[in-house]
Amino acid sequence: MTKATPIAAAAGTALSAAVPILSIRQVIKRFGQRPVLRGISLDVASGEFLTILGESGSGKTTLLRLIAGLEDLDSGEIWMGAERLDRISAHRRQVNTVFQSYAIFPHLSVFENVAYGLRAKNTAKSEIPERVTQALAMVKMGEFAQAAPAKLSGGQQQRVALARALVNRPRVLLLDEPLSALDANLRRQMQVELKSLQREVGITFIFVTHDQEEAMALSDRVALLRAGLLEQVAPPREIYGEPDTAYAAQFIGQTNLLRAEIRDGTASAGSIVWRTSGAPGKATYSLRPECIRLVTESAGLPFADAASARFRGRVRDQAFGGAMDLIEIDCGGAQSVRARIANPGILTGEREFEFAANDAVRVREGEPE
Amino acid sequence: MYSRAYKASVTIPPLLWVTVFLLIPYAILFCYSFWSVSPAQVIVHNWNLQDYLQLARNPIYVHVLLRSMRIAASVTVFALLLGYPLAYYLSFHAAKRKDLLYQLVIIPLWASYLVRGYAWKTILGSDGVLNGFLQYLHITHKPVAFFLYSPFAVVITLTHIYTPFTLLPIYASLEHIPRNLVEASHDLGSSPWSTFRRVILPLSLPGVLAGATFAFVLTLGDFLAPLLVGGPSGIMISNVVVSLFGAAYNWPLGAAISFCMMLLVVTLLFITERLEKRLAVS
Repeated sequence: MTKATPIAAAAGTALSAAVPILSIRQVIKRFGQRPVLRGISLDVASGEFLTILGESGSGKTTLLRLIAGLEDLDSGEIWMGAERLDRISAHRRQVNTVFQSYAIFPHLSVFENVAYGLRAKNTAKSEIPERVTQALAMVKMGEFAQAAPAKLSGGQQQRVALARALVNRPRVLLLDEPLSALDANLRRQMQVELKSLQREVGITFIFVTHDQEEAMALSDRVALLRAGLLEQVAPPREIYGEPDTAYAAQFIGQTNLLRAEIRDGTASAGSIVWRTSGAPGKATYSLRPECIRLVTESAGLPFADAASARFRGRVRDQAFGGAMDLIEIDCGGAQSVRARIANPGILTGEREFEFAANDAVRVREGEPE
Repeated sequence: MYSRAYKASVTIPPLLWVTVFLLIPYAILFCYSFWSVSPAQVIVHNWNLQDYLQLARNPIYVHVLLRSMRIAASVTVFALLLGYPLAYYLSFHAAKRKDLLYQLVIIPLWASYLVRGYAWKTILGSDGVLNGFLQYLHITHKPVAFFLYSPFAVVITLTHIYTPFTLLPIYASLEHIPRNLVEASHDLGSSPWSTFRRVILPLSLPGVLAGATFAFVLTLGDFLAPLLVGGPSGIMISNVVVSLFGAAYNWPLGAAISFCMMLLVVTLLFITERLEKRLAVS
């Protein structure tokens, strides 16, 4: 899955060298006739912040529920260390979940909600107040201990749900789109807090989201799920910079897909031409909009030098975006590309653009293998 | 905004209904309870508290009232014991059979009360189904008499009749429990039994209370089941009222008993409603 760029390889070894705390092996799950997970294999390293990213219906929540024990798998295995997790019932697993809708017990106070798991596991009575207070302090909800859940805002309930899970010191914490119900500002703030909280407690987090920006901002690794199969599993920078597939390139950030013909070490997609070491034939490349620069002094077309490529195009549209403007460039034929350029001024008519040849990343198209 | 004519047309019919069929009869009843019957068997309008004093003085009335409450309490307990597990099964485990089973609970309500009462008479009688079956199995050698015409028969009959009334509010409250609370409880390490005790039962208490109130109040005011299967030892307070208004021709005393019963039931409803509100969490 991972490509062998030096940095990515180093990051990959650092994570896989540790013993995986959770090992998902060839997991298949169907709802009736409909396959939801079609063979998932994934190792999660201890202390890792792993995000399962996917569209709605990709099976990401189902995968989480399988780990939690809230669903039974049809085939495959889930191991936690030397323990076969999928054979034991939910309430015996050392895993806790933060639910999308919080699932705070309405008939119990905030304190009793957090104490719930401790009481269920017959924790010594004398230990409970201290641990609950600690957990509530960790999520900055100390003053609400005696409050009724109905009186709390969504964000506060979210914090209680987090404390209620963390107080049990689970080996793995599962988070099912926990931030999706919060407004944008609160969401940003919770992302930062969640990340630092994870560093602080050192518990493995498996975080499910459909929001790719959230996935990029939080995770050590992103597992991109597509229609019940893993498309790519890699650290955010790698999955962004070196997407395996056209789907991954498009789902994570914006991209231009260039369908090119390769001949004599040159790839050409319409009027855009660049040098490549790829094998001859048809191939698809992903070129991120921010990799395209505006050229102010015209040099020779199409190559400024071996490492970069230049093309001309008519500026069809320019959307002001604050720091970066989004520019639609019509390159003639059916080919058009988007560029993200900082402070370009107002652009009109035909202009010349440039990108580094190795920023065009070859990707696979079609269904995941 | 609604026009005055619309508001009037919506509010006046029910108000009229309540006034004519509830408030006025109750007011008449209330008046009767302060009147008395002359030796010549005529109801005379001399206002006094004789009837209420007689209720307090004559132990037979208190005795029958206590028996009625005992029977109502038994029916309530049995209806809960039968209704809760069934409601729980329906709500949590019936899956595809849910609709069918729900209908099966409802269907007996369509059958006439009398039919169900007579059905129990044929089941519990000396040569009834139950005695026949027990003798066939050689468990008993002659018919067991106390099956029919006893408080026992009243409790069985009314439990059968009122269990659906108990089940339905319990079922409704169970259906309202978000399933992710149950999942959260399992996730936090609670076994299924402990999840029931700590999450499901507390959250279904308003339904239990409503169901129990139905069973208790409906039983307390019942007079047909004791008439059909109760016999002399199964007489309930409503039977006393019926006979006072009928053969005994003592309407004032009957009205006084009715009024005491009504006060009792209204107080009960008031208490349970407040309790329900306290138990219900948004």
